[in-house]
Amino acid sequence: MDIPPKAAESAKLNKTLPLRKKKKYNPYGFSGKTSVMMHILLGSFAFLCIFPFIYVIIISLSSEQSLSMYGYRLIPEAWSLEAYQYLWQVRSQIFRAYGVTLFVTIVGTIISVSVIALYAYAISRKQFLYRKQFTFIAFFTMLFSGGMVPFYIVMTQFLGLKNSIWALILPMTVNAFYIIIMRTFFQRSVPEAILESARIDGAGEFRIFLTIVLPLAVPGIATIALFNTLAYWNDWFNALLFIDNPSLVPLQSLLMRIENNLDFIRQNAMLSSQNGSILASIPQDSARMAMVVIATLPIALSYPFFQKYFVKGLTIGSVKE
Amino acid sequence: MQRLKKFGKNLYDNQIWLFMVLPGFVWLIVMKYIPMFGQVMAFKDFRFHPDGFFASVYHSDWVGFENFRFLFGTNDAYIITRNTVLYNLVFIVLGLILAVAVAIILSELTKQKLAKIYQTGMLFPHFLSWVVVSYFVFAFLSVDRGLFNSVLEMFNMDPVSWYNEPGYWPYFLVAISQWKGVGFGSIVYLAAIVGIDRAYYEAAMIDGASKWQQIWRITIPMIMPLIIILTILNIGSIFSADFGLFYQIPRDSGPLYPVTNVIDTYVYRGLMTMGDIGMSTAAGLYQATVGFILILLTNYIVRKIDEDNALF
Repeated sequence: MDIPPKAAESAKLNKTLPLRKKKKYNPYGFSGKTSVMMHILLGSFAFLCIFPFIYVIIISLSSEQSLSMYGYRLIPEAWSLEAYQYLWQVRSQIFRAYGVTLFVTIVGTIISVSVIALYAYAISRKQFLYRKQFTFIAFFTMLFSGGMVPFYIVMTQFLGLKNSIWALILPMTVNAFYIIIMRTFFQRSVPEAILESARIDGAGEFRIFLTIVLPLAVPGIATIALFNTLAYWNDWFNALLFIDNPSLVPLQSLLMRIENNLDFIRQNAMLSSQNGSILASIPQDSARMAMVVIATLPIALSYPFFQKYFVKGLTIGSVKE
Repeated sequence: MQRLKKFGKNLYDNQIWLFMVLPGFVWLIVMKYIPMFGQVMAFKDFRFHPDGFFASVYHSDWVGFENFRFLFGTNDAYIITRNTVLYNLVFIVLGLILAVAVAIILSELTKQKLAKIYQTGMLFPHFLSWVVVSYFVFAFLSVDRGLFNSVLEMFNMDPVSWYNEPGYWPYFLVAISQWKGVGFGSIVYLAAIVGIDRAYYEAAMIDGASKWQQIWRITIPMIMPLIIILTILNIGSIFSADFGLFYQIPRDSGPLYPVTNVIDTYVYRGLMTMGDIGMSTAAGLYQATVGFILILLTNYIVRKIDEDNALF
């Protein structure tokens, strides 16, 4: 019996229809062979994205001897914890760098979020007569930059911040892009009517900001805070420009300094713990990779949890009004 | 006098708002606008003066376009411009294609739990600093211990001194930049695709449209405005390179400069290793000016096509 094409079509539809109920936003995805292929394609790319980290972990757990004989193997000849033992012996510089990074990240993020939120809130309110001017002042810095050299000279000569912890914090405090995003967010998520009623009740603008606006703006502020935290944690550029003092070197910059040899970590350790039994042979390669693991692990372990907010934050406010 | 009085009253009326923008305003002036003013150093023979920044700028002699003449007199200006623009062009085009493709595939995968896992995996590189990535790359490219040379050895081929062979690096840099950026780039597109009204697809299904047709006729047109605005933004910054990628990944290797030197690394090296402040500033000003013009131009074009998508 010939089935009319229309009926065949609807029969096919009926087969796929029950799928709709299970999926949230994906009623008719790829089917059959295409689906398998796409899973393989994306799955292998996703694996490729984390594979180098696994590889580096393996190297850090290889014995130095097997590294020097066979190179960086995926399955080393001999596993060993000597790299981590060694790093533990020279830990003072590493703890120091961890401390600098933590301080810069926490203090930097708090300052940055406060300054950005205040600025963005003010230019989001119609009562502010000069909001257009101040929006432009922020926006223009996205279009034209002062360049690296004048910035460097202002930082070192005008502000005198060479070898200061503030040289790691201040350059990343404000970002015009975040100001614009936050402004849009305030405009959308803080209705004027609520503020109006608070004003009638006699609340000052600052109190309104702290007690009404901030709680409403938590998603936006959390997003900016998250972006800032990541930026501060991963920053090495400002340390490259402004920091020579070993006690102010953040984690990422420490990684840079041990690229060619471990001397930078060792110097301090030798001085501080003279009676400590430094390993006879220094596991140069595996220790360096172990350092990478130590610096990356906090992010690798935590990002799957904040990823959701990160993704949400990216789509939170568009640039345009 | 009257106007001054009114201005004073306006300031007074807006004092609470002015107070709120004050910290950010001071920061913008000091960190952005004073350096912009500092760009005049490009036209001066910069000398440090003990009285600080402004005195240094003020007391340095005007040399007109001498720094620019010197910069463009060498072959460097051509090489760094070519590298910056070409790499960025490839990044923009390839990045767009890959990000949109990944977003579409992610949205169409039938097992959304797996899709979430893939996305988490692909996002990982974005959260790493270029320093860490440079170690990752080194694990593969190290001359005597890296994975690539081990594989070559397995096939009885000669090891390659990767960090001395410029020929491979354009491919490496493109691959690494995409490896780091695709997961992140696809997020915005995925959000846009998820936001498309499912009724369009249902209607298309009833009309018998294949998956492929749905993607081309519904998904891509629906995210076109986003594609345009993000691409425009990228073209506007085509003159500024990702410093970390070009400085950290090649490990500052001299033989690779012809293919890894971009405007940003050139300015950095001019400042920190050669100490040639005039010429580095000139290169920076050249970059900022062309970038500025490009943004205005691209925005103007978008305005002509579709005003809603223009940036300003």
